[in-house]
Amino acid sequence: MLGPIVASLYLGFTNYDAFSAPKWVGIDNFARLFQDPLFWKSLRVSALYSLMSVPLLLVVGLFIAILLNQALRGMSFLRTIYYMPAVISGVAASMLWIWIFHPDFGILNAGLALIGIRGPAWLWDQTWALPSIVLMSLWGVGSSMLINLGGLQSIPTALYEAAEIDGAPAWRRFFSITLPMLTPVIFYNLVTGIIGALQIFTQGYIMTQGGPNNATLFYVLYLYRNGFEWFRLGLASAMAWLLFLILILLTAFIFKSSPMWVYYEAGDA
Amino acid sequence: MVLTQSARRRFQTALSYVLLLSGAALIMIPLVWMVSTSLKEPSAVYTFPPKIIPDPVRWSNFPESLTIAPFGRFYVNTAIVTLANIVGHLFSCSLVAFAFARLRAPGKNLLFMLVLSTVMIPFYVRMIPLFILYRTFGWLDTLLPLIVPAFFAGNAFYIFLLRQFFLTINRELEDAARIDGCSTFGVYWRIILPLSQPALAMIAVFDFVFNWNDFLGPLIFLNSVRNRTVAVGLAYFQGSLETAPMMHLLMAAALISIIPVLVLFFFTQRYFIQGIVFTGMKG
Repeated sequence: MLGPIVASLYLGFTNYDAFSAPKWVGIDNFARLFQDPLFWKSLRVSALYSLMSVPLLLVVGLFIAILLNQALRGMSFLRTIYYMPAVISGVAASMLWIWIFHPDFGILNAGLALIGIRGPAWLWDQTWALPSIVLMSLWGVGSSMLINLGGLQSIPTALYEAAEIDGAPAWRRFFSITLPMLTPVIFYNLVTGIIGALQIFTQGYIMTQGGPNNATLFYVLYLYRNGFEWFRLGLASAMAWLLFLILILLTAFIFKSSPMWVYYEAGDA
Repeated sequence: MVLTQSARRRFQTALSYVLLLSGAALIMIPLVWMVSTSLKEPSAVYTFPPKIIPDPVRWSNFPESLTIAPFGRFYVNTAIVTLANIVGHLFSCSLVAFAFARLRAPGKNLLFMLVLSTVMIPFYVRMIPLFILYRTFGWLDTLLPLIVPAFFAGNAFYIFLLRQFFLTINRELEDAARIDGCSTFGVYWRIILPLSQPALAMIAVFDFVFNWNDFLGPLIFLNSVRNRTVAVGLAYFQGSLETAPMMHLLMAAALISIIPVLVLFFFTQRYFIQGIVFTGMKG
């Protein structure tokens, strides 16, 4: 496990085309990346995607979980429905959503036409391509929903009973009990959500090939192209390490900030 | 407006159902659309407004979609990779987890932290060195890169999960077995493993879904058509058909490919739910 990681770091400082031996080039790869507009573009695309999809999934996942966390009939059936898309492969789902987003014959624009909206060209439109993939990511809200649901069910009901006796209204119970008690779960969802979102690849590869006009050129897609289409393995390794570094810094930052907003019960850590 | 307590309850329940059912409908529409398209005649696919109920129903899309690419091979390959991973992971990860949970060795905790820290390392960091490594082995364009790591406990997360589970198993049973002359391996094989069936089942279902759906790994390590897994095969199939109006076949092929996972999911739901909730709680 550690061997490949060290090797990857080393390769980041070499010029390696997969055929001749790797040649040490120092920081050339990094210098080249920093001058490459597509590198910045891909970083921005992945960052934008994470910024849009991670909070959206957190909020929608929590909302559905709260609705499902009621003692009503049919909840476990609905839970199954909501989680189901999360087990479907990225490739099959991507193919399905290309067809959903089809500007002329897709069901999305057909649905919008019913309410009098002329839908955009979605994946084929530079402005809409990335939001389309964010919209598609909502289909996989099931994982976030399930984790939130688990968190909700572990909140002691005594807290709510006490609040009700004190006459606290529903919104007050939500902000004073539910949300604080749920912060460890939100924290987990946030960290894993960011790690996952920054790794997005399949949708860009299958649905848009990074287009139109590089609007969905995700970082890992650009990394893949550099490494496995153009065989710039040294450059691709440098890219991998940069993203990993960003991820570590981001995670460290979230961890550092967590005492300010994550509530841990005493003795439970 | 003042409402009585019970009227408010009823209103709340009704509103919850309305929201949940419309959400569930939104989740289902893409799948309905997929099934609908996969049963249509080619001429009925590109119409506006689209019809949801195919008329006539064309079942032959399914067998036809399978003949456009060597899907038989793809399914065999995927089944081999998936099953080998499950067997390999269950055995090797549980053995390592057992050592971490029960055996004593100097530096064990440090080693465990090291293993655990590899969970953090994403595949894109490892894939280039792995590609080079497997090329040196001559394993590229074979299924080996996708299978062999599973037999070397190549999943730190499963090790962690199993170790946590083993730690909750009462030691008295083992002590009794040892007094009766049971070996260390015997303790692992006859006591720990049988008692860990829920955790092992959970890992098996997750491993199934992961390997069945995995895309980037097979994309990098496999090359020739006959060695592809279903995910890569589908992508290839899509690439070659995108310009041709064959959406009905594309949807039929994609639908077939997700059926094994959906069936597994419906029958083993509680393992999925336990697994997700468990990782969420302990993470």
